[in-house]
Amino acid sequence: MKQYPKKLLVVIGEAALEKFLVRDIKAFGAHGYTIADVRGGGAHGARDADWEGNRSIRMEIICVEEVAEKIADHIITQYAKNFSLSLYMSDVSVLRNEKF
Amino acid sequence: MDPVVLFFILGVVARLAKSDLRLPEALYETLSIYLLLAIGLKGGVELAKHPISTVAPQAVAVIAMGLVLPLLAYPILRYIGRLNNFDAAAIAAHYGSVSVVTFAVGLAYVVKLGVPYEEYMPLFVALLEVPGIVVGILLARLQSLKTVQWGPLAHEIFLGKSVVLLVGGLLIGWIAGPTGLDPMRGLFFDLFKGVLALFLLEMGLVAASRLGDLKRAGPFLIAFGIIVPIIFAVIGAVLGKFIGLTLGGTTLLAVLAASASYIAAPAAIRIAIPEANPTLSIGASLAITFPFNLTLGIPLYYQLALALHK
Repeated sequence: MKQYPKKLLVVIGEAALEKFLVRDIKAFGAHGYTIADVRGGGAHGARDADWEGNRSIRMEIICVEEVAEKIADHIITQYAKNFSLSLYMSDVSVLRNEKF
Repeated sequence: MDPVVLFFILGVVARLAKSDLRLPEALYETLSIYLLLAIGLKGGVELAKHPISTVAPQAVAVIAMGLVLPLLAYPILRYIGRLNNFDAAAIAAHYGSVSVVTFAVGLAYVVKLGVPYEEYMPLFVALLEVPGIVVGILLARLQSLKTVQWGPLAHEIFLGKSVVLLVGGLLIGWIAGPTGLDPMRGLFFDLFKGVLALFLLEMGLVAASRLGDLKRAGPFLIAFGIIVPIIFAVIGAVLGKFIGLTLGGTTLLAVLAASASYIAAPAAIRIAIPEANPTLSIGASLAITFPFNLTLGIPLYYQLALALHK
């Protein structure tokens, strides 16, 4: 089966950012995303998701490398200064090229 | 002390003792939706019994109080606490807005004492949620008002879950009236105190887990979180007496003035003033003011109202 190389961009951040992230990644041309509620901790202390202000999400976006880099760059310049945020990218293979 | 407060203390103790007790997030969400709706519904039913000519002038005075309180808090934070503009404005917004659960506990206190109160008070809770937040944002952005995107911000402020549920509950209660809500009485009115107790257990866990924030907040914010609510309660009580509220109503307006938001304000402020450190505003509001009001504040504000009504 033919496989196509893409980038998986994962953004872990405050749930308050969700709607802004969704808006932004669409504007940069990503076709889809997956969001999950998560818990964790880091430079901003433990984020236990025990009440509204303490919720975090993990957002996964699969797209072509150019778009992934633009999105990552935008998120870092726009939000990283004031919000708890982690980003990482990895190589993935998809089976249906046109979907991403 | 009302037994619901004991549930809160149980939560605090359990967290401090590192118990593995943890309420599922979905339950926290469900309980908070229930409380907001139930408070709104009860207020709406009572509102229908009163002429607008009585309630409207009081409502205007209450909104004015909501606008003034953050303006009083800001200079204290900025010039005595030496906090930066963003942190001072964010904390002022939290203290200008109100805590619905503190109100619910105050209500339980007043009901238990059997003193008369204006049963449409939930209207004032809904009215007080927003002004403090708006003034806080204005304070933070005075130098750059043109850069503020008011559209998305207004959405965040007016369509946050607490405002939607409180106002929605008020409207449903007002339209349906007591007979219309009768079939739901068991769920929304009779179970209220038990649900409040469960919610306070969870809030005890949450508040205790924020105690670590106090180390970062420092002695000023700890003092602020106790002294300012008392000053605000005096303002609320005097206003309550002035606009003709009963003893219970005066107590509850003092409770509202003294309370600090931890649902509506944190969500809106995080978006509107991202430069502010949420550890400070939430630490003060949740770990200091909320427990203080629940345990010592409410009885104190009642005494205050009592003195004014002599």
